[in-house]
Amino acid sequence: MKVHKLFFINAKVITMSLATRLVDFFTKKKTIADDTDALSKVKQQKLGKMTARDRIEAILDENSFHEYDLFVEHKAEDFGMDKKFLPRDGVITGTGDIVGHPICIYAQDFTIAGGSLGLAHARKITKIMDHAIKLGIPLIGINDSGGARIQEGVNSLAGYGEIFYRNTLASGVIPQISVILGPCAGGAVYSPALTDFVFVVDKISKMFITGPEVIKTVLGEEISMEDLGGAKVHAEISGNAHFFAESEIECFEQIKRLVSFIPWNNNKKAEKFEPKPPKPDYQISQIIPKESTTPYDVRDIIRALSDDSDFLEVQAHFAANIVIGFARLNGDTVGIIGNQPMVLAGVLDVDSSDKAARFIRFCDSFSIPLLTLVDLPGYLPGVDQEHAGVIRHGAKILYAYSEATVPKITVVLRKAYGGGYIAMCSKHLGADFVFSLPTAEIAVMGPEGAANIIFKKEISEANDPDAMRRVKVEEYTAKFANPYKAASAGYIDAVVTEDELRDQVLHSLHIATDKKENRPFKKHGIPPF
Amino acid sequence: MSEQFTDFVLDDTVYRTTFTRKFSMRKIFKGFDKSSVKAFIPGIIREVSVNTGDKVNTGDKLLILEAMKMKNLVTSPADGVVKHIHVKTGNKVAKSQLLIEIQPY
Repeated sequence: MKVHKLFFINAKVITMSLATRLVDFFTKKKTIADDTDALSKVKQQKLGKMTARDRIEAILDENSFHEYDLFVEHKAEDFGMDKKFLPRDGVITGTGDIVGHPICIYAQDFTIAGGSLGLAHARKITKIMDHAIKLGIPLIGINDSGGARIQEGVNSLAGYGEIFYRNTLASGVIPQISVILGPCAGGAVYSPALTDFVFVVDKISKMFITGPEVIKTVLGEEISMEDLGGAKVHAEISGNAHFFAESEIECFEQIKRLVSFIPWNNNKKAEKFEPKPPKPDYQISQIIPKESTTPYDVRDIIRALSDDSDFLEVQAHFAANIVIGFARLNGDTVGIIGNQPMVLAGVLDVDSSDKAARFIRFCDSFSIPLLTLVDLPGYLPGVDQEHAGVIRHGAKILYAYSEATVPKITVVLRKAYGGGYIAMCSKHLGADFVFSLPTAEIAVMGPEGAANIIFKKEISEANDPDAMRRVKVEEYTAKFANPYKAASAGYIDAVVTEDELRDQVLHSLHIATDKKENRPFKKHGIPPF
Repeated sequence: MSEQFTDFVLDDTVYRTTFTRKFSMRKIFKGFDKSSVKAFIPGIIREVSVNTGDKVNTGDKLLILEAMKMKNLVTSPADGVVKHIHVKTGNKVAKSQLLIEIQPY
C-alpha cells in the first residue's frame, strides 16, 4: 500500500476538523519533504555529495527558496510502479534569489529512484522552465540522475524531449545554467548541452552519451568513467563544461559570481556596479614583450583594463589559446575575447573558434558589449585541423562576430596576421571601433614567412641567401610590420599608446551605449554548426 | 610564469609558447593506408573469401566480419594481390586487428 494514500483512507476528509486538517498537512509535508531530505542526507554523504535540498539552499540567498509541486506523484503502473511512492517524484523545483536576483531552480534527488526521469518528474521541470521563460528570470538546473526511468518507457523519453524543447525556446531569452553534480548519461546530458553555462565538480560530475560498459561491449575499448566523461575531461578536452570546481561549495560560489555579471533576460541589461580603477599591479607596457614571438598572459592585459582587475574566465581550461570571460568596465559588464600568446601562440583552431563563437552569441543575445584583444599569427595549419573541419568551425567565429549587433570594440595588441586579423572582429566584420597600439603589426603574415614568399627568387639567387633573407625580412618589417598600412585605409580608427588605451575603450563603450543596427529581416540565420 | 615554453613554428616564424594537452595528444596523420585491412569493430570472422596470391580489385569481397549480430562485408581498399591473410573462419578479432594485407599494383 502506498504510504501517502494512508491519509485519505484513514481520515474522513469531509468531516475533519480544522485542527486535524492542519495536522494532516504537516504530517504529509514532513513525510514528503523533511523525512526524505533527512534520509537523502545519509545516502548522499556516503557518496561525498550534498543533498538536492542543501544544494538549492547553498546556491540561493538565505531563506529565499520557495518550493512548488511538493505533492506531485507519478501515474506509472507497470513493473510494480503503482506500488511505489516517490517523494516529489525525485526532483525539487522552486524559485528564490541569488544576491537579490530572482532565479528559477530545480534539483534532481539521486536518492529517489536514482534521480531517474519519469514523466511527472519531467513535467515538474518543464513547469518551472515555463515560469522562468514567462517571468524572464534565469534558470538553474542541478543534474544528478541515472537517466531515463526505464519502467515508464516512452513516457520518460517524452519527458526529456519536452525539456529539450523548452531549453531551446528559452535559449537567448533567459540565461540557462546547468550544474552537473552526479552521473549524467544518455538523454540527460542533452539538456545541459542546450543551456548556456555548464558547471562541473571534480570527481562528482560525470557526463557521457554511452557509458564505459557499452563502449567495452561494442568497441572493445576499455576506459574508466572518470577518463571517459569526468569533470576534468569536459572542462579541458571536450569543452562541454564552462566552469570547473574542486568542490560543490566552490562551484556554487562560481555560479553566484556568474549571475552577478549577466542580465536576467534579453530585455534587460546586466546590473551596473560601482566603477573602480584597475589595480596598479597591471601595467600594459610591462606585460607585452616587444618581440612578437615572446609569450605573455593576455589575462593580465584584461586585468589591466577591467574594474578592480576583476575577470571571470569562462572555459578556462578548454582551448586555452583563446581566452573568454566577463569583466566590468566603468561598472558595466563586458564580454572579453582575447588571443592567448602563451598557449599555441594564440592561434585560431577548431576548438578556439567554436569556444569564442558561442560566447559571442551569448553576449549578443543578452546585450553585453564585446571587447576583442587581438594578438595572433593566424589559423592553425595541420592535417588534423583540416580533417576536423577547421573551415566550418573557423567560420563560426566569422559568423558570430558579423551577426553580433552589440557594441564591438577591438584592440590590436601586437600582431594581427592574415585570416586571424579578419576573424578577430576586424572593421570588416562590423567592429564599431578598432584601436591599435603603436607597436602592433597588421599584415598578411609575419615578416619571415612573407619575405620567404615575396623575395623567393632574390633569396635563392643571392650569393649569401641567409644574408639576403635577413635584408628582405628587415625591409618587409620596416614597410609592413606596423599599424599604419591598415590605419591609412581607415581599418584602424585610432593608434593609441598603452597609457591611453583604457580611456579610449571606456569612451567607446560610453558613446556606443545606445547603438542600434538594422539588419534585413530573417527568421533566423544559418550559422555553420 | 612557471610554464616551460617550447618552440612552435608557423609561417617560418618561431614562437615561444605552450601546447594544450589536447594538441599534444593529437594523432599525427600517416596517410591513408591502402595495403592493410583492419577490423573496424571487434567481432568474429564468419567467412574468408580470398586466398593468398588472388588478384583483387577495389571493392571486391575479402571476408565477412560478424559483430553485434550483423554480418559486415569487408572489401578490398585497393587493386592488387592478396599478400597475406592473418585470420581464419571462426577467429575472434579485436578492434584494429590486422586481417589481410594487400600488395597494391
